[in-house]
Amino acid sequence: MSTAAREFLRNAAQKAADRANQRNIRRAIEHYNESAREGRARFLDWEAARQQCHEIKWEALNHLDEYLVEFEERVKERGGHVFWAETGEDARRYVADLAKSRGVRTIVKSKSMVTEEIHLTPALEKIGIQVLETDLGEFIVQLRNEPPSHIVMPAMHLSRGQISKLFQEKLGAEATEDPAKLVAVARQTLRRAFFSAEMGITGANFLIADSGMIAITTNEGNDRLGTAIPRIHVAITGIEKVLPRLEDLALFWPVLAAAGTGQRITVYNTLIGGPRAADEIDGPEEFHVILLDNGRTELLADAEQRDVLHCIRCGACLNACPVFRTIGGHAYGTTYSGPVGSVLTPHTRGLAEFQHLSFASSLCGACTSVCPVKIDLHHHLLQNRRNAVRASDRPWLERAAFSIWRWTMMGQRRFAAAGQLGRTLLRGLYAMGVEATPLDPLRPWTRRRAASAIPRKSFRAMWGQGGGKE
Amino acid sequence: MIKVHSAAGGTILTGRNFKPQANSMPKVSLFIPCFVDQLTPEVGFDVVRVLRRIGCEVEFPEAQTCCGQPAFNSGYWDDARPLAERFVRVFRASETVVCPSGSCTTMVRNFYPELLAGTALREEAASLGRRVFEFSEFLVNVARVTEVGAVFPHRVAFHDACHGLRELHIKNEPRELLRRVRGIDFVEMPLSEECCGFGGTFAVKFDMISAAMGETKAGNAEASGAEYVAAIDPSCLLHLDGILRRRKSRVQTIHLASILARTGAPAEAEPSKAVPQENR
Repeated sequence: MSTAAREFLRNAAQKAADRANQRNIRRAIEHYNESAREGRARFLDWEAARQQCHEIKWEALNHLDEYLVEFEERVKERGGHVFWAETGEDARRYVADLAKSRGVRTIVKSKSMVTEEIHLTPALEKIGIQVLETDLGEFIVQLRNEPPSHIVMPAMHLSRGQISKLFQEKLGAEATEDPAKLVAVARQTLRRAFFSAEMGITGANFLIADSGMIAITTNEGNDRLGTAIPRIHVAITGIEKVLPRLEDLALFWPVLAAAGTGQRITVYNTLIGGPRAADEIDGPEEFHVILLDNGRTELLADAEQRDVLHCIRCGACLNACPVFRTIGGHAYGTTYSGPVGSVLTPHTRGLAEFQHLSFASSLCGACTSVCPVKIDLHHHLLQNRRNAVRASDRPWLERAAFSIWRWTMMGQRRFAAAGQLGRTLLRGLYAMGVEATPLDPLRPWTRRRAASAIPRKSFRAMWGQGGGKE
Repeated sequence: MIKVHSAAGGTILTGRNFKPQANSMPKVSLFIPCFVDQLTPEVGFDVVRVLRRIGCEVEFPEAQTCCGQPAFNSGYWDDARPLAERFVRVFRASETVVCPSGSCTTMVRNFYPELLAGTALREEAASLGRRVFEFSEFLVNVARVTEVGAVFPHRVAFHDACHGLRELHIKNEPRELLRRVRGIDFVEMPLSEECCGFGGTFAVKFDMISAAMGETKAGNAEASGAEYVAAIDPSCLLHLDGILRRRKSRVQTIHLASILARTGAPAEAEPSKAVPQENR
């Protein structure tokens, strides 16, 4: 078992027993479910919208080479810079070098999962730069010195009371659970930072090829302050975020809003195509876009699972997932949690180390049924399991067990005899009171469940003895 | 004898005196999942009772063992494949196959074509898949029967088992059947579509997550005020039964077929006894 798997088991066991944590998560998801239901109902045909998103993403990924180059050309025409980062290390170094050479001391950051993926903030802090998260949820988890627990709702695992206590401890705020007052506390700290920062870092929800623009979506407008005031704007995003045409946003903006939060459209949608032009009154002097690969082209080469690159990071699959609802995002120990994280992480960080996430699912399929871009998520979990077996990455005992099981099931008499023997043994043992003790052969089952009564005869035995007669 | 008006408008008989109306029901081959065969055989016999009551001739191909799903879902496709091929051979002559599990039906209908891709049996598997039906979808969509003469005077909630719901799109069929049961008080439970946490080997590999999911489901079943939580998948019920009894809940589990099999005859086994007296 890999280190990550052992850690996952430990964390998941702890979180599965933490009812308070589950209450926080469920409260947030309940609220989401209600809004998302309304959000989807606003579409004349939600299924058709999903299908169209799927097809546009399919087209974009099939011509990724052309669309990305088109995007780059447009950005450069307006005086922006485009850097192609093959790895997270490349991207981190680019930002660090840029910050050092421009004398940057403070950076305001808006929400970006890609920067989490490449661990950008710790790298910048190591060279003495202060990095401040400006999305409220991200601001909260940064104060707690922990990663976001959800792609869209980074602090969903916390109650209002926990946030209030945190603000009292870290910011000397007054005790209050009034959301408006809590927001005001954060705003006070953040506004000052927006005006002193020399650099703003954002992600990008979409890259628009034909117009060479990045599209950023937020509910707090922090991205606008972070890109309009500081001298330098750096946008970091995965290469899969490209859309062919500006008009595609007419579909993707409302779909992202409906699936992500249930809104008609997210509050702030910003399009940025370059640094401040001569006739403009605001905007940065420098505009840099970092296009991150970090394993994505390898996933693109996987014909079976390349649709994972359709992901628009709406978080709908996390909200729908009963495993996520039970253990929350942190237990996964990965940047991207929930179903999409379990599918994606083995590709980016190795199947041997992260295959356990594909097994930690009941394959219920709720994720696939809500995905707005129709990623075949739970079938990919199944394929990852198959790939793990093919790569001989499974324990020998399990391999042997399935070989024996197959041999038994290949003959009806063997199956009937094995079943009879097993039931007789269990009935005998249970009659002696071993149920749920360490001697119970079904211990992994009965540790957390009462054992069911074991019948004396099987269906086939009774059928053969005339039980099938009318 | 009790007379009620059927949805179609005619008067039909219910309870012990129920007589099937149709005279050309398909001949049914039973597909009894391996764990039903070994652990909940009474569900199999309840299926037989209902099918015969509506006029089906029922046979049980005794060569069947397991459809291969446990290996398939665990990633052992090479171990699952010979079992899939075996299944296709065993049932190749069957006109209509009926199974009291949405999960095992899904395996054959939706996953055999993928598992057997590139093999000689792929096409035959795909065509067999179109003749394999989960029990409730067979009754409602194939046999066109929703009234089977059942009597079950209890409050019942229904859990939507995942594979039936999302792979086979079975949502209304079991409800239509349950609503026609005499004496039943059918209630919807909160979050009926959320997974119960069984998930095959997941239930033992990640038993802490599985059990916590089961506790959530159990809590929702209790909140509905039901005496019984019913489902079309015995695997969910086995898991849920263990969870409910461990927490000493007053809610019991029951398979849809076991509700539909009950006609109120005095000789019938108490539904609360999972294993009938004679098989204990």
